[in-house]
Amino acid sequence: MEDIGLWGVPLAILGGAIRVSTPFIFVSLGEAVTERSGRINLGLEGTLVFGAMAAYAVAVETGSPWFGVLAAMAAGAGFGLVHGWICSFPRVNDIAVGIALMLFGIGLAFFFGKPYIQPSAPPLPAIGFGDWSDIPQVRAALNVNVLFLFGAALALALWWGFKNTKIGLIVRVVGDSADSARAMGLSPTTVRLFATAFGGALAAIGGAYLSLYYPGSWNERISSGQGLMAVALVIFARWNPIGCFAAAMLFGGAGALGPALQSVGVTQGYYLFYAAPYILTLLIMIATSSPGRQLAGAPGELSITK
Amino acid sequence: MSTAVSVEAVSMTMRFGAFTALDDVSVKVPAGSFHALLGENGAGKSTLVKCMMGFYTPTSGQMLVDGKEAVIASPKDADRLGLGMVYQHFTLVPSLTGAENLVISRENAPKIIDWRKERRDLADFMTTMPFRIPLDVPVASLAAGEKQKLEIVKQLYLGRRFIVLDEPTSVLTPNEAEEMLGLVRGMTKAGDLTVLMISHKFHEVTSFCDDVTVLRKGKRTGSGSLGELDRKKMAAMMIGDQPIAALDSRSATPADAKPVLTVTALKAKDRTGLKSIAVDGLTVRSGEIVGIAGISGNGQKEFLEVLAGQRAREAGEVAVKAAPYASTREQSRKLNVRFIPEEPLRNACAPRMTVAENISFRTFDLNKDGKPVAWISARAIRTYATKLIEQFKVKTASLSSPIQSLSGGNVQRAVLARELTGEVDLLIVSNPCFGLDFAAVAEIRARIMKARNGGAAVLLMSEDLDELMELSDRILVMSDGALVYETPIASADVHVIGEHMAGHH
Repeated sequence: MEDIGLWGVPLAILGGAIRVSTPFIFVSLGEAVTERSGRINLGLEGTLVFGAMAAYAVAVETGSPWFGVLAAMAAGAGFGLVHGWICSFPRVNDIAVGIALMLFGIGLAFFFGKPYIQPSAPPLPAIGFGDWSDIPQVRAALNVNVLFLFGAALALALWWGFKNTKIGLIVRVVGDSADSARAMGLSPTTVRLFATAFGGALAAIGGAYLSLYYPGSWNERISSGQGLMAVALVIFARWNPIGCFAAAMLFGGAGALGPALQSVGVTQGYYLFYAAPYILTLLIMIATSSPGRQLAGAPGELSITK
Repeated sequence: MSTAVSVEAVSMTMRFGAFTALDDVSVKVPAGSFHALLGENGAGKSTLVKCMMGFYTPTSGQMLVDGKEAVIASPKDADRLGLGMVYQHFTLVPSLTGAENLVISRENAPKIIDWRKERRDLADFMTTMPFRIPLDVPVASLAAGEKQKLEIVKQLYLGRRFIVLDEPTSVLTPNEAEEMLGLVRGMTKAGDLTVLMISHKFHEVTSFCDDVTVLRKGKRTGSGSLGELDRKKMAAMMIGDQPIAALDSRSATPADAKPVLTVTALKAKDRTGLKSIAVDGLTVRSGEIVGIAGISGNGQKEFLEVLAGQRAREAGEVAVKAAPYASTREQSRKLNVRFIPEEPLRNACAPRMTVAENISFRTFDLNKDGKPVAWISARAIRTYATKLIEQFKVKTASLSSPIQSLSGGNVQRAVLARELTGEVDLLIVSNPCFGLDFAAVAEIRARIMKARNGGAAVLLMSEDLDELMELSDRILVMSDGALVYETPIASADVHVIGEHMAGHH
């Protein structure tokens, strides 16, 4: 085996970014759609965990990881519909319902997931973009899961769709001004219901990736708060799908810093490097916001007091 | 382009429970005419047009469109007949561009929008319009006048042949208003459009409209062509015989009047954080009213927030009677600085606290000699509030009702009661009459003038130029975050002021 020395660090970060970022991409894209319609869904962490469980269980039972992903999407859409339905009542607070549904989703996943901790499910396929190389690190870094490619394409499609499709424009109208939407004869509640369901389905794909590819097993510690972080990433990305993708990559890359340094023998401050993504997020959030002004790009209907 | 239609509402009555908002009102608007609907707040103008447009189902009454009976049960029915409405509060979506707003408002917007084709169609359509509006920038970045024009363009783009304009000029400069109304008038003259305009500005009605209908308390009190009616008659129809507070005559400001408020080289960030406001210098002397004109969003709000201590300043000095002023409670008490901000319920009240408590905010913790007290006396608060409520004619169910249950005019009266009681050396006022009726407006203006004549220095910010012209001794114009123009009232010209407001200098 050839030793590539310090080159291993950026390579490991790239590989890590691709591997770790996928759940963030899906959850943040889902949340971006939901928030663009004027609703916050904090429950995506629960949806993610339940999606991971549902995908794993269905993959075990049917032998096909793709059925698993579909099952996760259906479950996620279900959670989204419940959230959207409850929030459509007057004087119901998005945030409180979101937190309740997050805990509900996690609890339900643990309850149904108990029998699936032991059996192993078929993993999702990956494409070896690095197969031309003899260096194992390159091959490992460029072994890209199809869901990542799908996520990247989805980010582009959503970015395009917000500008160029009727549905995209309607979601933006509803999220920016419910009064205008009503004047146009649109029902904000219905649009938000579907946007929340769509967001839930995407978040559950993120969960399916966790249990069916990386780390690739179902247990009760499968998520380390990806669902919650992704919601923060949406704000950081200013509700732009391409921005969500970039933010997820950045976050994933920072997350890979610790293991990458460890692999080349840096062992000091090991746990500190694991905190890198959070420190990075905090720093960028502080640098890009200020108390004296509003957040640019925020959908007008988004409010924590609704 | 399609041609105008005639619209007639016959014997419209609308009851909300026991309350009759509209009582047997008929309006006839012939094709191609520009009709004005005059009336005070709460006179039933909005109810009438909402019944006509299908937002409300009237208790009784019917609609004739082009002489034929029409059933308008929902806004969609109105759409189908070519009837549309431009609201006072814009219904354009701020983060979408003009083009996006137009296309998405169309009933038959395509699932996937071919922007090249849409842009070409829009460009063709715009050549038939008398307005020029940039369609490729987000609506939020358009000036108010441009938004108003875009709203009208949108109605025409949707093929409407009868439109209702709800106080269309309330957010425009006088020049913008005249231009816009002139263009609309041209379109009605050409027979492209029939217009019903809700207004309470007599000068607009007399110079642009053909006919007028006046409402008061839900009843039609008069109508006719503008040729037969003068302002006095219209005013009498509008307000009836209720007493209107007279404005004190202006006593001359003494030549040696001391400066009370001095602002030097003030800088602060605006709400977006991207632009800043910069007030190089401003002095308000005792016994004068200095008016600040400007279109909303040009930094007046931020300036007031800095003076009120709601917004941090980045640089500069604010001094009251030569003492540095940092907007603390102690300083404002010692220097007799009082505020009447806009949206008083939000900016000057604790909405869920009682009327008595809100009125006592400045004094509840002081005893008769102005010394701090250890125990707050609920009885003293009630006695004090009772006195002021009577003096300022605040209509409230009880002293312990939450102040948010009061009507807009009465909230404003309660705030005035609190702020104008005791010695006032500096009074800072912003849009004090927004959304209030005739009588309340007259009373509030009279009180401000009285405070001025009593020796207070008054800084008055308003979006209503008529109000500034009536009250101010000097008028300054704020545009793009800076004071750009100053004129004494004697030589003030509404058009010159308007041009500075629009930033044309």
